[in-house]
Parts: sequence; structure tokens; C-alpha cells
Amino acid sequence: MTTEWQSLSLHVPGPPVRPGDRPDFSQMQIPRAGEVRRPPVDVAASDIHDLAYSVVRVLNRQGEAVGPWVPALDVDALKLGLRAMMKTRAFDVRMMMAQRQGKTSFYMQCTGEEAIACGFQTALGTGDMNFPTYRQQGLLIAQDWPLVDLMNQIFSNQADRLRGRQLPVLYSAREAGFFSVSGNLGTQYVQAVGWAMASAIRGDTRVAAGWIGEGSTAESDFHSALVFASVYRPPVILNVVNNQWAISSNQAVAGGESATFAARAHGYGIPSLRADGNDYLAVRAVADWAVERARRNLGPTLIEWVTYRVGPHSSSDDPSRYRPKEESDAWPLGDPIERLKKHLIVLGAWSEERHTQLQAEIEDEVLAAAREAERHGTLHDGPRPSAADMFRGVYKDMPRHLREQRQEMGV
Amino acid sequence: MPRRTMVEAIRDAMDVMMARDDRVVVFGEDVGYFGGVFRCTEGLQRKYGPTRCFDTPISESGIVGVAVGMAAYGLRPVAEIQFADYMYPGYDQIVSEAARLRYRSAGEFTAPIVVRMPCGGGIFGGQTHSQSPEALFTHVCGLKTVIPSNPYDAKGLLIAAIEEDDPVIFLEPKRIYNGPFDGHHDRPVVPWSRHPLSETPDGYYTVPLGQAALRREGSAVTVLAYGTMVHVAEAAAAETGVDAEIIDLRTLVPLDVDAIERSVRKTGRCVILHEATRTSGFGAELSAQVQERCFYHLEAPIARVTGWDTPYPHAQEWDYFPGPDRVARALQSVLEGG
Repeated sequence: MTTEWQSLSLHVPGPPVRPGDRPDFSQMQIPRAGEVRRPPVDVAASDIHDLAYSVVRVLNRQGEAVGPWVPALDVDALKLGLRAMMKTRAFDVRMMMAQRQGKTSFYMQCTGEEAIACGFQTALGTGDMNFPTYRQQGLLIAQDWPLVDLMNQIFSNQADRLRGRQLPVLYSAREAGFFSVSGNLGTQYVQAVGWAMASAIRGDTRVAAGWIGEGSTAESDFHSALVFASVYRPPVILNVVNNQWAISSNQAVAGGESATFAARAHGYGIPSLRADGNDYLAVRAVADWAVERARRNLGPTLIEWVTYRVGPHSSSDDPSRYRPKEESDAWPLGDPIERLKKHLIVLGAWSEERHTQLQAEIEDEVLAAAREAERHGTLHDGPRPSAADMFRGVYKDMPRHLREQRQEMGV
Repeated sequence: MPRRTMVEAIRDAMDVMMARDDRVVVFGEDVGYFGGVFRCTEGLQRKYGPTRCFDTPISESGIVGVAVGMAAYGLRPVAEIQFADYMYPGYDQIVSEAARLRYRSAGEFTAPIVVRMPCGGGIFGGQTHSQSPEALFTHVCGLKTVIPSNPYDAKGLLIAAIEEDDPVIFLEPKRIYNGPFDGHHDRPVVPWSRHPLSETPDGYYTVPLGQAALRREGSAVTVLAYGTMVHVAEAAAAETGVDAEIIDLRTLVPLDVDAIERSVRKTGRCVILHEATRTSGFGAELSAQVQERCFYHLEAPIARVTGWDTPYPHAQEWDYFPGPDRVARALQSVLEGG
């Protein structure tokens, strides 16, 4: 067959570099801190399309907070933020170690992403509800949720409130506004929209926050969530944590090469922003903006948090097989803890000595919590939830067939 | 006693519950202003306003997903999937989320939702408007699965389902929405008004989940059926003169095994009917239950009369549908056996 056309070819995206190559973030366009405008909360989605292709940043290289997005946070609030991030990181280190020691089957860190959950949580109020993914432990730690409680869940021990039924880190903490983490990707995004719709139906004042990773935005549930959010305009903040990597798949595989994840909101008429997820002040400022929109019945906001997954996807993953080891050091937005620490030092409210001292205090606190949790047992050692617990809670009341199966098992 | 069609009974159940409990919200594709393609929600938006009964985008994963979120908030969502055949995009939300939320959160969060969906064939709907996917739900722990066969049960079961604290799949055999159907497709359509079970009290009443109903008492053979097939079974028994005992299961999970066991021990024979495809259909579970519980009382092998293991065809609808002639043959063959 003769044709005037050349043969077609398929574009298969991937990261710019692989192990052994020099890290390369030259494609990222990062504005200077303070450069992006702060629109009024009742802005039309179409008037801020450019913000989905920019990055809201507050902290500059010198550690100063600059520009229109500087949040009104006093030094004590900043110190609490620093402490929450440091505690989250120390918790991750200890739990990863516990996994390596065989005390549990599985763990997931959020190293490098602490500012997002820790900062976002402080913008919410009592009664608001997060629908988190497995990498938002900072939402709980920023509220000083007891570490022992989280560890009991990770160890699936006798004191685990979830009775050993759920994979480690898939917490549930209703009182803390932390919805049960599914572990299926993307499914909870649309549930957050439903929860927010219910709040609006009931004339409540509470708001919901959905969480998803950039990789899971490829799921149809992401689209469903945006459609429903667009149609009913409920009080929901739709967070996309773009940490560049979905296990071994670079964000390009989820479509990040063709448009930003924030830009996906444009087709739905949902206001969207892109923000520096490693900048605690930017996180808080942008979260405040979106929460205020929700609270004032102005509807949903989509936020893409630009960050980097410093650690492996999970304890079962080895990122050196698919990305350069030096890539996290080359990440242009730096480390969230170091950046806030520097800011506090610039403000004259912090010092290296006090930082070292706080780090030691936190490590002691985490270690003490781990020892206490271990007294309740670990996955393979010590007391654990009973086999009879397995049959409970499938239904509100145990139906006959489950009673018979439990009897068959002899428990 | 007022008489209602299935459609009217289902609508009345939602009306009663929306009036009693302002947490009950009803939504789905075309259910708001228009009242649903089968008219099951007609008038509810006008009566309760657009935040209690509303149209949704064409997105089953969205419909079930927001229902789970609303239920977690504290509402009592009743979601309609326009045809059971369209359920699959929402299946993940049903299986991985609604069904397991109570378990995985140790009761911190629950999903008391009802997902209504018209099922079954007999309306020349072809493969995308005729399926009976009940076994895809009965296989999922954490769900309750209900399928009524008449207006009285439909209203009472739906009210009970809305009051349930666990997620309920409520399958509505669409061929019997407006009249009982015994499988004789070539005969004139019969209205519900001539059927005793179209008598439905006004106001609130329930038919408890998990209880079967005896539709015909008999001694020769037990027929296990649900939905449209209950009427087919009655026709087959009448036409063959076989003294069949017909049990309408009404709820598939939890299953009324006592009613099944009692009857099969008495008759010693069992025929299982469903419109769905045979392999791994709910009939396989029923057959296993009967065998496990009644083996030494059986006089003949258990028989299944079901849809064939093919997609639901269009032109061949009546070759596919397990009508009264096929049921009659099964009854006779089970009686000859042993």
C-alpha cells in the first residue's frame, strides 16, 4: 500500500534520567518565592489558569518569608510546625527500622513531604474530615495524636484499635478528622466529595479534604470526583500530592509531561493552584485560601503540591533500581524541615543548638512510644488480636453464616 | 388495602422514609426532575426538594463513591443505578469501600447505603439492559443482597434496607415492575392490581431482611426462586400439577437456610431457579447449601434451571429466559429421579 504518511510511532514517556545518570530537573520551571500573586478567594476559576502552571512559594533561599502569600503565623505556630515535621520524620525512621527488625510486615514513610500534611492540618478546624492516602501521617502527628496508637496499628498488636484487620499505616481516627485509609488508590477522593456534599445538604459548616497522589490521578475515581465537585460545588479541598514518583513510574507516566496536575481542574471549572509542597509557609497559606473558599460556600479548590518522595515507595521498594541515588539531593525545592529551620533562625527565634536539642527530645519521645507499643506486642511476637476478632465487624450484627464459620474454626 | 405496582411500592417506600428521616437522600441518573427512567422516584424531588432527591452525572463510580462519603458523614443515601448492567464502574466502590468500611475501621466509619438497581430480562433489553448480577454481590462479604418478587415485599424490604446499618444491594426485577410475569411472553400482560401481593399498606412497615417466604405449600419438590422466577415457578407448578413447595428467598445474603432446610427435608427434592447465567451463579451456592444440610434426605439430584452461560441475547430473548416450560421439565425430571 502506498501512502503519503510516515509510519506512526507511540510516545512512551519516562523520567529524564535513570540510575547512573546525573539528576536532571532542568524541565521544572520554578518561580522565585513571593512572585506569584494571591487572588481573592472568590476569584473565577478561569482567572487563575496561569497559577496552575506556576508554583506558589513563600520562603526564599535566604530563609525569608516574602510576597503576598506570607501567612499570618507567629513564631510559636512556626515552631509547632517545625516540631510536627521533625516528629513525623523521626517516627518514620523508627517505624522503618521496626519493619526491618521484623516487628511489622510493611511501612510507608513520607520523608521530604512532611510540610504538606503537617501544614495543611493546621488550616482545618474541629469536625472537618480528611480522606487521606497512606502518606499523610503528618495530619495526625500535627495534631499530637498519640504515637503509641499509630504504632499499635503498625504492629497489629493487641492494642490496635483496628484489631489487626488492616495493613500497617492504613489508620482510621474519626475524632481526629482522619477517615479510614482504604489502600485502594483514588477511591476516597470521590468519597471526600460526597462527605462535603452531605455537609452542604445538612447546612453544616464543616469541610472535607480529599488526598491523592499524582500517579493515582489516572484513576477514573479522580475524574468522578472532579465531575461531582464541579457539578455540586461542595466544600471540599482536592489535594494532589505530586511527589514525582508512583513506585517506579515517573510523574510523566501519569500525564505530567503534557500538563500539570493542577491544570486538570481547568476543564471542570474548578479553581486550582500549584504550590511548593516543601515550603511550610506556602502550604499553610494556600491551604488557608482553599479552606476559606470552602467555608464561604465558594466550592471546591484543587491544589497540586509539588514535592519529592525522598524515601522508597514503601518498605518493599528499592528506588535505586529506577532512579539516581543522588536525585533527592538535587531536588530544587530543598528539604521542608531545613527550610523552616532556616527561616526561624533568620527570624532570630531558633538556633542550631536548640534544633539539635529538639531533635534529641523528639527521638526520645518516639523511642519511648515504640517501647510502650511493643509491650502490647508486635506482629510476630507477643499478644495480638484474637482469631475471633476476624469475624466481627463484617456486619453490624454477625449473621448466621459467619457465626457458623467462627464455630467451625473453634473460636 | 391500597394496591400498588412494584414501581409504586418502591417509590412509596422511599417517600415514607424520606418523610420519617431527613437523613435519607435519593439520587442517581435521571431520578430528580424526571423521576427515573422506570418512574421509581417520580414526585420525590417535588415533594422533598432538590437537595434530598437529585440527578447525578452519568458516573456510577461517582454515584456510589459520593454515597459512601455521605453515609460516612451520617446521611442515609439511597442511590439508583439506572440498570444493574451499568453497575460495573461503581463496583469497586461497592466491593472495596462500602462493603469493607465498617470492618477495616473497626466500626469508626460505616456505609449504610442502599444501591437500587433494576435487573433481569424480559423487556428486549439485549445484553446491556437484562443482566442479573446478584452473584457478584453475594460473593462479597459485608454486603446484604435483596431481590423482591412483588409490591408488598418490595416496599417492606426497601424500608428495612434503608434502616439497615450495613450496605444493601437492592435488585429490582424490571420485568415485574408493572405486573407479575410468569414467563408466558406470548400472553397478554397482567396488571399487579389482580395479584394479592399488590396490596400494600400505606405508611411504614417492614419485611425483615433474611427471611424467605413460602409462596406455595407442597410436598413433592422444593423450588428455590427469587424475583421474576417466583412467578415462573408458580406457573410451572400449576401447569404440570406438580405439588411443588415454592420458596421465595427475598434476601440472598443473609440467606434463610432454615426455610430451605425445612422444606427440602420434607420434600426430598430440590429445583433451583434463576435468570442469571449458571456457572458460579447463586444457584451453585444454594445447591451446595442443600447438599451440605439435606444430603441424606435427597431422593434425586438437585436441578438448576437458569439462564444459559451466554451474554443475554436480543432476538433470542425467549430462548434464553428460563421460562415455565423449562421449569416444568425440570420438575418432572426431578420427580422421576430417585
